[in-house]
Amino acid sequence: MVTREELVPIIRDIEGHARSYGLDFFPVVFEMLDDEQINMVASYGGFPTRYPHWRFGMTYEYMQKSYGYGLHKIYEMVINNNPCYAYLLNSNQLVDQKLVIAHVFAHCDFFKNNAFFRGTNRRMMDELANHGARIRDYMARYGQDEVEDFIDTCSSIENLVDPKLLFEAPESTDRRIAEEAPPVDVPRLRSKSYMDSFINPPEYVEARRRELAEAGATGFPAREIQDVMGFLVEHAPLPNWKRDILSMLREEAYYFAPQAQTKIMNEGWASYWHEKIMTQRVLDASELVDFADHHSSTLAVHPGQLNPYKLGYELFCDIERRWNTGRFGKEYDECDDIAARAAWNRDTGLGREKIFQVRAIYNDMTFIDEFLTEEFCREQKLFTYSLNERNSRYEIADRGFAAVKEKLLFSLTNMGHPAITVVDANHENRGELLLRHRFDGLELRRDFASATLEALQRIWSRPVHIETIASEAPLLLSYDGTRHSERALTSEVTA
Amino acid sequence: MVQRIDRDLGRFRQVVRGIVKKELRRYMTTGELVGRQGKDLVSIPIRQIEIPTFRHETRKFGGVGQGDGEAGEPLGPGDENGEGPAGNGPGQHFVEVDVALEELARIMADELELPNIQPRSKDVIEAEHGRYTGIHRHGPESLRHFKRTYREALRRQVMSGAYNVDNPVIIPIKEDRRYRSRRMTRAPETNAVIIYVMDVSGSMGDEQKDIVRSESFWINTWLRHQYKGVATRFVIHDAEAHEVDEHTFFHTRESGGTRISSAYQLVARMIEEDFPPSEWNVYVFHFSDGDNWGGGDTQVCVRLLEEKILPATNLFGYGQVASPYGSGAFINDLAAKFKDAGNVVLAEIAGRDAIYDSIRQFLGKGR
Repeated sequence: MVTREELVPIIRDIEGHARSYGLDFFPVVFEMLDDEQINMVASYGGFPTRYPHWRFGMTYEYMQKSYGYGLHKIYEMVINNNPCYAYLLNSNQLVDQKLVIAHVFAHCDFFKNNAFFRGTNRRMMDELANHGARIRDYMARYGQDEVEDFIDTCSSIENLVDPKLLFEAPESTDRRIAEEAPPVDVPRLRSKSYMDSFINPPEYVEARRRELAEAGATGFPAREIQDVMGFLVEHAPLPNWKRDILSMLREEAYYFAPQAQTKIMNEGWASYWHEKIMTQRVLDASELVDFADHHSSTLAVHPGQLNPYKLGYELFCDIERRWNTGRFGKEYDECDDIAARAAWNRDTGLGREKIFQVRAIYNDMTFIDEFLTEEFCREQKLFTYSLNERNSRYEIADRGFAAVKEKLLFSLTNMGHPAITVVDANHENRGELLLRHRFDGLELRRDFASATLEALQRIWSRPVHIETIASEAPLLLSYDGTRHSERALTSEVTA
Repeated sequence: MVQRIDRDLGRFRQVVRGIVKKELRRYMTTGELVGRQGKDLVSIPIRQIEIPTFRHETRKFGGVGQGDGEAGEPLGPGDENGEGPAGNGPGQHFVEVDVALEELARIMADELELPNIQPRSKDVIEAEHGRYTGIHRHGPESLRHFKRTYREALRRQVMSGAYNVDNPVIIPIKEDRRYRSRRMTRAPETNAVIIYVMDVSGSMGDEQKDIVRSESFWINTWLRHQYKGVATRFVIHDAEAHEVDEHTFFHTRESGGTRISSAYQLVARMIEEDFPPSEWNVYVFHFSDGDNWGGGDTQVCVRLLEEKILPATNLFGYGQVASPYGSGAFINDLAAKFKDAGNVVLAEIAGRDAIYDSIRQFLGKGR
């Protein structure tokens, strides 16, 4: 056990090394916590002042239990904020603390410099404390159960956000809607072509078109909106306190989204740097074995699992190696002499520069798409697995590069959530809400879909529907507040 | 900071409690909890409390993994719940939540509207308790109080000047040793014994025994909640009665006829010898298919109940479990005689679905 005072000079030392490598981060505030405290902070997603909700208690109970059984231990947690907050487990040994501190600085660098985090609120610590205070206030006013139930409801749709919005202010979406609105179709009377200008006079058609456009006959919203949460904040008939809660939870969802989008990169980056900083600068010879033990368990591969730390770390190393030896570009890509490729070295020395660039402008999906190579896939022994229906076992399915990459990218698309959009808020001209599941090969889980529809209905208060595909046929799931129903759709409706 | 999570943890426990309450009837009917209790905890499988969101059906999809192995090699079993071998798949559906037996009993009381048991008599049963709260200079080494011993040694060394601040070595000698000692306290005690009696004649099948097992689980849970110490004894009978252990009780299958009086005789003797009513709260639950031997045996039973058993027990419960063969006359014979007796409860248990109501009948008397 190392006290905070003993750690201060070590932190300063490691910070100096990190900066000298070119890592660039906000100031970092370190807090030492015991296991109970760190599990608590982790249950709140890193924000000890978060709003009260039973779900955090549940997470805490599971964490405490698995910590007690020795199944799981949180060494450190870092919060994307300015200043960054880093929580260290105070029972870590000195060498673990050093490793973890180096790891933390790299995370902070990632938060500050990765493009997907650019729009995140760097005062989130304060913001979430405010949210907490406001929700507590609502609880005092409207009753804890009432407020908590509504939070449950909102949490049901917290994955219905649009990752693209991380880069734009919400106003600009509205403007785009206006620009891209499709031209209005004016109903015409049937006529022979030579009679058309008399039966459907152009002046009348034009006037009618303007009239229709103003009346909003183009449907509402004019364009499918993936930010379902945002749409509901704007348009659902909610009392103000509920609207406020929904909007706060939406803000939190957008704050956490980039972290879900960059898990592999962020952990890979941090692992890469803790290794560099430790082995090149900080590690004492006597600590080597402990360090190696800890480092290897961080990067350990459990049979059949994909460890994001390992994948990210290896990819960064691979990129550095490739750009150091010039294994990129047209000439290398077109070389199909195996021996020449294996011995390829142009002494370009661009590796370090490249990985800094990569950490700035990629997210997990583009990262895998761009840098997962066939050689890497083979070296790392990646494979896909799938369920064998006959004996209900998961079995290794394929070691082919294309299959691995496709499956990996699929699981990263839209952060692994189904893509769902608002299609029509005045469905059947009855003010009902119609959503569409953009089908990409995987069906929705029906039990969860029904329960989520119920949550949506509570927010929208009119019947809600979702178009999806089940057993290769289009299907409309509906909930009207009392009853679930489903109806097969003719295919041209969804096409 | 810590209170905050405690509050949320409390809320979570309330949510769990709500679920258990809602599912109580199912737990009782299916006997799902039987055999899941530890010393003070029951681990209750509940559907994982998850906030529903739109999500993919990923069971068949699988994922990407890393490591050795040929195509077609298994990674590990999947199960019907869609639990993959981690990877990037989703988690399982059922989680086990530990609920204290106390808590379960309270939920049961709420749901079944059970009254608390009234003390049977005013004369308090007292018992001696020993607790290791004292300190002695002599005792067995296994009870040595480490901290006290060292404190004594430190005190002695400081006083004698042998203590060196720069080199604080403390060596206890024999006189320093301190031992924990037992102090006796007299405290009122409420002891209860439950005597389960089951008919194991040929007409009682496995289904019937399962019902009895569920019944006994819930009766135990409730009475353990009401009394400090609860002992259980088991008697099986066909034409003869034997006292057996719990395992045998639930796993014996005899053939042959039924002479209920044999069991009542044994119970009466057990109460007389081991559980004098002045010291024990005695509960007797008898499960049978009600198919008693003819020839006046039922009359013998009634007399035994009247003279020996009922005066000594808090509650006598008779559950008549329906079986394909049973004639079911016994319950009517008892009803005719004891309809107005305060401490007799008769319940017909037609099947699993009736467990819930029969438990309510048995325990609803508040005795």
